[in-house]
Amino acid sequence: MRQVQPRQNNLGIGGWIWAGNYKLERYLYILHRVTGLGILLFLLIHLTMTTVFRIQGQETWEATMSILHNPWFKFGEYLVVVALIYHALNGLRLILQELGFLMGKPTPPIYPYRDSLRKKRRWTMAMIGIIIILCLVFFYDFISGGW
Amino acid sequence: MDKEKNEQITFKIQRYNPEKGSEPHFQEFIVTSSRGMTILDGLIYIKENLDSTLAFRTSCRMAICGSCGMLINNYPHLACHTQIEEFHSSRLTIKPLPNLPIIKDLVVDLNPLFETHKSIKPYILRHDDKEMENPTAEFTLSPQGLEAFLQFTYCIKCGICISACPTSASDKFFTGPQALAQCYRYCADTRDEGEMERFSVIDTDHGVWHCHLAGACSEACPKGLDPALAIQLLKRQMVSRTVGLGKKELPASTVPPNTETKPKVPFPDFTVKGSK
Repeated sequence: MRQVQPRQNNLGIGGWIWAGNYKLERYLYILHRVTGLGILLFLLIHLTMTTVFRIQGQETWEATMSILHNPWFKFGEYLVVVALIYHALNGLRLILQELGFLMGKPTPPIYPYRDSLRKKRRWTMAMIGIIIILCLVFFYDFISGGW
Repeated sequence: MDKEKNEQITFKIQRYNPEKGSEPHFQEFIVTSSRGMTILDGLIYIKENLDSTLAFRTSCRMAICGSCGMLINNYPHLACHTQIEEFHSSRLTIKPLPNLPIIKDLVVDLNPLFETHKSIKPYILRHDDKEMENPTAEFTLSPQGLEAFLQFTYCIKCGICISACPTSASDKFFTGPQALAQCYRYCADTRDEGEMERFSVIDTDHGVWHCHLAGACSEACPKGLDPALAIQLLKRQMVSRTVGLGKKELPASTVPPNTETKPKVPFPDFTVKGSK
């Protein structure tokens, strides 16, 4: 009989980027990774600007700054702040929940099933509430500072 | 869907036959569904009446055996446990469970799941070899002790949590929610003392720390097992042991032999022919 190897079927990166019908925490997971990568990207650009461009003299530095002083870059900066707020607070939630806090105890599975994340969703919602408030505060700060 | 009204449902099924060397492709079948009909009933109808070459795995038809896990409208379900009516759609897309190798059509290879399950030593481990080899009595287990892990004993090894897990999707060496939840089930057992042996298996780059709490496994689990909770409690247990918090209790001792023996119930005469 001919032996046939099973066909690999891992979803790969698409498997974590696409959440489909899954619920809130699955989307928070994607956002956490995306904001993490965004912050890393910002850090690399920021470090490049403040080191490479700076040592090339005042002219280069001032030319770079004049490009950056436009509303789109300001909006980009605001997005970095939003990403930082989200990543920090969701990270705090993850640290607490991964250490078994705010997760509850095992309970007998009685239909309809409710997993611990859904039972303790009020903490997640509270975290989202704080994120929104902080984002609004910083938005006001950016607006009042002038674009 | 009315009881009398039968709807025409299109089953769009992913087909793959390794012997023909073709790429996975979709084939459509029209099935007349009635109230209460499950996805599995539809597949059995197709196999019996429309295309006998369709391959899928099934056994108990009551969500006990864990054979018929498949991706239905892009969400993993047990086909026997899911009614067609639930989707409120006349079109169903059925694919094999992702993150597990496909053998044929909707049949996936569950060997990777069984191998990782075996790797976490899913049985009671004790240091008293003498008692383990020649048991004199059973080990004690309090009702509270049982509650700590009972929820996680209902695993039917269907592979749905693995197909729902975004980490399993991008890391094929990840231990996976099924094995990690079972690891906690045994580590939380008061009769067990094999914690350190299991920790050495899961305390790796592809082990317990690769779970980033997306919660998809618990959402999709057809038995309400909550693997995400088990994994986080496992992390807590590992951290507690490392920093020296949380007292490790001695493993449960054996039940003292019962001194009061009940009188033997006489064997009923009417069941055994010729008994005195």
